[in-house]
Amino acid sequence: MGPNLLANYGEAVSAILFCIGFTNLLLQTNLIKKIIGLNIMDSAIYLFLAEKGYIAGRAAPIVVDGVTSVEAYINPIPSGLVLTGIVVSVSVTALMLSLTIRLYLRYHTLDLDEISMQLKREGK
Amino acid sequence: MDFICNFPFFSILISLFSGTICSVLPAKAAKAVNRLVIAAVGLMSAVLLLYLLSTGESFIYWMGHFPAPWGNEIRAGVLEAGMALFFCVIMYLSMAGGAHKLPDEVVESKHSLYYILVNLLLSSLLALVYTNDMFTAYVFVEINTISACGLIMIRQVGRTIEAAVRYMIMSLLGSGLLLFGLCIMYDLTGHLLMSNIKESVALIMANGEYQIPLIVAVALMCIGLCIKSALFPFHAWLPDAYGYSTVSSAAILSSLVSKGYIFLLIKIIYRVIGFDIFNSTRIIDVLFVFGLMGMIFGSLSAIKENDIRRMIAFSSVAQIGYIYMGFGMGTQAGMVASIFHILSHAATKSLLFIAAIGLTDVSGGSRKFIDLTGAAYRNKWAGVAFTAGSLSMVGIPLFSGFISKLLFAQAAVQVEGKMLASLIVLGISTVLNAVYFMKTVIRIYTSEQDAPYKSITFRDRKAYTVVLVCSILLNVILGVSSQPVVDMIGQGLAMFA
Repeated sequence: MGPNLLANYGEAVSAILFCIGFTNLLLQTNLIKKIIGLNIMDSAIYLFLAEKGYIAGRAAPIVVDGVTSVEAYINPIPSGLVLTGIVVSVSVTALMLSLTIRLYLRYHTLDLDEISMQLKREGK
Repeated sequence: MDFICNFPFFSILISLFSGTICSVLPAKAAKAVNRLVIAAVGLMSAVLLLYLLSTGESFIYWMGHFPAPWGNEIRAGVLEAGMALFFCVIMYLSMAGGAHKLPDEVVESKHSLYYILVNLLLSSLLALVYTNDMFTAYVFVEINTISACGLIMIRQVGRTIEAAVRYMIMSLLGSGLLLFGLCIMYDLTGHLLMSNIKESVALIMANGEYQIPLIVAVALMCIGLCIKSALFPFHAWLPDAYGYSTVSSAAILSSLVSKGYIFLLIKIIYRVIGFDIFNSTRIIDVLFVFGLMGMIFGSLSAIKENDIRRMIAFSSVAQIGYIYMGFGMGTQAGMVASIFHILSHAATKSLLFIAAIGLTDVSGGSRKFIDLTGAAYRNKWAGVAFTAGSLSMVGIPLFSGFISKLLFAQAAVQVEGKMLASLIVLGISTVLNAVYFMKTVIRIYTSEQDAPYKSITFRDRKAYTVVLVCSILLNVILGVSSQPVVDMIGQGLAMFA
């Protein structure tokens, strides 16, 4: 296990980051901190994908000086997946931020528990 | 390849683009376009279903010009086409049943936005049903989440915004896990298409190497989809989201959105991992236990509830528990029962939500039980519909709920070791269902002479009443002639392999 862990330290780091982000998104009560957790979680997955697609000593899969050999480039699919993933994560972040603004304007706090308390007091 | 094979692609595309068109149309035209699209997609799915039943074979449709391991694909079999048809029927009924309440619930200027969201939701559901590519599935899971969130918060009350935030948080946790599981799966197998992954998974299991990462990936995907479909311990967002959004939204969310994720899970079990390999892992035991817990705790929360719509929402938690219990049995019969329950629950839950709004309308808009006393006399059709839905949920013969309970019981008897637990919990859950649903039915049929509320008759709400009658009929049809449906599900599952 030891040498494998060292050889794959990138994957290990991404798994740890994923857990940090996941826990933040789940347990923080402040909405902005939750959104930061979401971004850490998603970025950790992109790190994992990038790590998996990279082959040491090869270049990014963009043909510039006529080299078309497969051997010269890294696997392009994970990079494509990362791009798609970033688009998705940007849009959900935007949605969460807009919801946060709505809640803040209405309840003047970013604390989700506090908002729930106020809702209970309103009793509707 | 016949022209009909284009239909899955057409239906996804039509619903996606009609959303864009709706954004520039006035509210009335947007509504017409929305209805037309749902009906058209339903019609296409019905034709496709008949075609597939006659050929008896599923087909794969290339998206673009690249063959299997590289290109993106759509796959259609009997189960996919049947699900798409059913989703369209339920969506049409839900939209038509809640249409008269929409002006009260949503600001006039936002109506066309509402139809955009519904169309987007339909297209993402169809894509989840038809896709053969895991990453496409992930992207449409997110689209589904975003449009569902929009459907919750389009009614601008404090509660709905908070519910939407909670819904988003849980959903994002779920999709994060799903994506991570997917990436590990891609890492292990090197493929994104379901059929290719399945071949590689079989090789991995045969070689005996990398089994633990594989099981971790499967577990992550399962947990992700369980969170998104509100399996018992992850259901905290559900009552507010279903209880305070618009009627149509509540009906669509409870009967379609969570079912879309469950259907994706079924596809993953059959087409990505393989049914036998999935059943040999311990994951099914976990699903089984949480399913059983959901059946009991969901019903207990529903009994404590004093608000009719939140009560129906909690009942959904219990019914999702039933579906996961069927997965947990690990047999073909359990799976068939679960899929039948998806249909039966979707038909019943939308009926209950739509009927409940008729009852609260004649009780001064209040949803508390005390105000609902005698509501069934003030709105006769809603009362009848609510009673029919309740009877179906409890599991009275003639209604669809009875058949799904029967199928679950039959499936449970064949499973050694899980029979006793499932039968006992099934019994307890039925009694609990009866407690809260019959309590409500008795309440709405207790006559109250001096209620200050106005009655509503058939003449006031023709479209609404027609929708109620159609939903009751759908329920009864599922309950009376269940055998063809069960056969179709079996045939569809055979095509999955």
